[in-house]
Amino acid sequence: MIGQRIPSKVLLIGTILVVAVILALGVAPKASTVAQGDASSWQAIAEQRGLTEADMRAAAMTYTPSGVMDEYVMFASAGQGGQVLAIGLPSMRLLRLISVFAPEPWQGYGYGAGNEILEQGFIDGQEILWGDTHHPALSETNGEYDGNWLFIGDKANGRVAVIDLRDFETKQIVHNPAFMNDHGGTFVTPNTEYIVEGGQYGLPLGAEYAPIADYQTAYSGMITFWKFDKEAGRIDFENSFAMELPPYWQDLCDSGKGVSEGWVFCNSFNAEMATGGIESGNPPFEAGVSRGAVDYLHIINLEAAEAVFAAGGAVDVNGFKVIPLETAIENQLLYLAPEPRSPHGADVTPRGDFISIGGKLDPHVSVYSFQKIQDAIAAGTSETDVFGVPVLALESVLEAQVELGLGPLHTVYDDQGYAYTSLFLDSAVARWSIGAEGYRPQDGWSLINKTPVQYNVGHLAAAEGDTATPDGRFLVALNKWSVDRFLSTGPLLPQNLQLIDISQPGDQTQILYDLPITGAEPHYAQIIKADKLHAWEVYPEVGWDPVTQSVSPNAVLQGTEGITRDGNNVNVRMTAVRSHMTPEHVEIMAGDHVTWTITNVERARDATHGFAIPYYNINLSIEPGESITFEFEATRAGVFSFYCTEFCSALHLEMMGYMMVRPE
Amino acid sequence: MTANTMSKASVSAVESSRPSGLARLLRWLPSVLFILAGVLLFVSINQPYWGLVLQAPQYPGGLQMRVFVNNMTGDDDPRLDEVREIDGLNHYIGMKSLYEAAKLERSIAIPAVILMAVMLAVAAVWRRRWTWLLAVPAMLFPFIFLADLAYWMANFGQNLDPYAPLSSSIQPFVPPVLGEGVIGQFKTVAYVDTGWYIIITGSALILVGVLIRVVGMVRARG
Repeated sequence: MIGQRIPSKVLLIGTILVVAVILALGVAPKASTVAQGDASSWQAIAEQRGLTEADMRAAAMTYTPSGVMDEYVMFASAGQGGQVLAIGLPSMRLLRLISVFAPEPWQGYGYGAGNEILEQGFIDGQEILWGDTHHPALSETNGEYDGNWLFIGDKANGRVAVIDLRDFETKQIVHNPAFMNDHGGTFVTPNTEYIVEGGQYGLPLGAEYAPIADYQTAYSGMITFWKFDKEAGRIDFENSFAMELPPYWQDLCDSGKGVSEGWVFCNSFNAEMATGGIESGNPPFEAGVSRGAVDYLHIINLEAAEAVFAAGGAVDVNGFKVIPLETAIENQLLYLAPEPRSPHGADVTPRGDFISIGGKLDPHVSVYSFQKIQDAIAAGTSETDVFGVPVLALESVLEAQVELGLGPLHTVYDDQGYAYTSLFLDSAVARWSIGAEGYRPQDGWSLINKTPVQYNVGHLAAAEGDTATPDGRFLVALNKWSVDRFLSTGPLLPQNLQLIDISQPGDQTQILYDLPITGAEPHYAQIIKADKLHAWEVYPEVGWDPVTQSVSPNAVLQGTEGITRDGNNVNVRMTAVRSHMTPEHVEIMAGDHVTWTITNVERARDATHGFAIPYYNINLSIEPGESITFEFEATRAGVFSFYCTEFCSALHLEMMGYMMVRPE
Repeated sequence: MTANTMSKASVSAVESSRPSGLARLLRWLPSVLFILAGVLLFVSINQPYWGLVLQAPQYPGGLQMRVFVNNMTGDDDPRLDEVREIDGLNHYIGMKSLYEAAKLERSIAIPAVILMAVMLAVAAVWRRRWTWLLAVPAMLFPFIFLADLAYWMANFGQNLDPYAPLSSSIQPFVPPVLGEGVIGQFKTVAYVDTGWYIIITGSALILVGVLIRVVGMVRARG
């Protein structure tokens, strides 16, 4: 009815309007393009992914665009994997795995390259092809990291390795044959005169046999002082020495610095001298070791010990010089101070004036004053332990105790006068103020805040945190458990390294990034400013032997390749360059002893070649300029296709050759 | 006539004619310019004449080659020998080794430069009607250098090993002596360098000297 009354003119106008609207909508892509632009903005992405403002702040603090370098490098142990990891901060990108105590096929380590380094770590002819790396220590000059060397201990077999930071490769492994294990190592003295390796479990000296019933009389503790020859870049075995300690299970050590330079401090956790034996109805170690109310902080006068060693005060134990406990007592090299039961860590403050000990089973961190220790030593004490080691009264040396929470373990420091202690049971990091002059006297000795971490934090690492001048800014919590932090990859879970922002004062601390570590358990780490490291881009000269860090006398240069024979000894001299090896045919006889040298004559950065001989368990990584010599017995006749195992060029697959072993 | 009597003769000629200041200047200027050009020739020996920068994704800083009058080197960074590196890359496209290029020219370069300088010196002090011709080789030298370079680049670019690995991707080519080019994933930039600028300055000086002399002779005759 109404329609009938609409004039055709109105209809026409209406139709035009409708068409116009449809056309307008058709042009609407403009508007929707704008909407899409919004959807791809970082704000929209953050909203879509549910990222909070704090998350975006964390991203802004850590995201490192391609080609931009990190500010710090963290060297973290890789626990029972036996290696060391280099990680960039703040990106938390894994930069390098350093082969130390275990073979590492992709680096050729133990498969033709670096075999002599691994062999240095064999004990009495026994092959040992793993380690339990615990505490990396960067070399220091005047109490500051100098970026030259890195040291790392193997808890299981009591060994120490030296890593050259020019090529990030292991150069030396040493073992104190007087003792089996370590934990309080490695720690360096402020000018890297010594690398300190504290032992852990009490043992008979020289790894001899002694019944457990004779624990108190036949078992010992030990601390080793490895003399480092900076010129040679190697540990000087002959000028290194150890000191026998009571079998108290020394734990973590630290070198004094500043006012306390020349002294070394170690906590311990079995003053009870418990011997376990749960199967015989005895309290298990975990109970027996924790029974007593106190354990002992060990206070060692290294400077005096060095003099006693120089004066011939050490005895030979299994080929190593050891200062016996009686000599140490006689010469006042060792003092003890009570500490709350079964603690962890003995961490010297940046100025060297205090030592913090985490309570572990006690909720406090106990802070000892070096000055008070000196005063107490000067005043003298009549109290001793059962071995006659003088014991200083706790109240005479204790500066402060701060209640932090459950399971305080390890303490590091920053540039604002705060200390950070990991709380294993609380799964948190406690920030507390050092109430002394030069730190934060305005806050007194007090707990500031606790940052929850995920989960079961062991050690902490702060940027340059155990030097004389910590940088602050970043802290890394080395968490033992990750539980629900990452996608499940089955029952074996990664460790979780969490980067924490500590740049702001007070309770403003924030977790920035989680890094899953699948290369075994990092126990401890050190974080160095990246500009202190001066790693080579390629080896300095063609024919370089990284073991000696000099040109190898065996180096093969282009034009000097060939195969020579002397009786059953065959010498293969080979070069590798994109994309061929010379020679490509290597003809030998079954039963030959083969000495094979291969030089990567490349000078371009990253032009690494691999080299593998199948069935002979040989694989190398030959970096630009590097020369490697390996030997084997040609036990198996046949034709073996050797080839380059690191993709080097467009003709990488063609980079191969045949080793023909004629039957005898 | 010996050189001795010649120079005496010229000295007396100068004294007797007593030309104006400008005329005197014009008379001596070519000799000064020739000597200067000779000095520049010597100076150029230590400077690169020509350079080539190759840029590819896997060489973020680029590869730089410098060509001296008798030699080829990379940049000042001693860590990488760029010529060897470029040579190594060239074998993929079947190019001959760069060390095979212009061997004769490089071996005679220094004696040739000395000879040209000596000729300049002779032209400077021995002012005969034709002696300006002795300065011509040095004047043309910058162009001879570039022409020879262009010849070798064309020769090398055109004579690729047909069995080389990348022969189906990279066809024979003529690389530009100056300016930009593309070879495979490499972008190339070729340019003349300090040494060449020095000798071209010398050429300009010689040209001015020759013009003054020749024009002077023509006018004197006219």
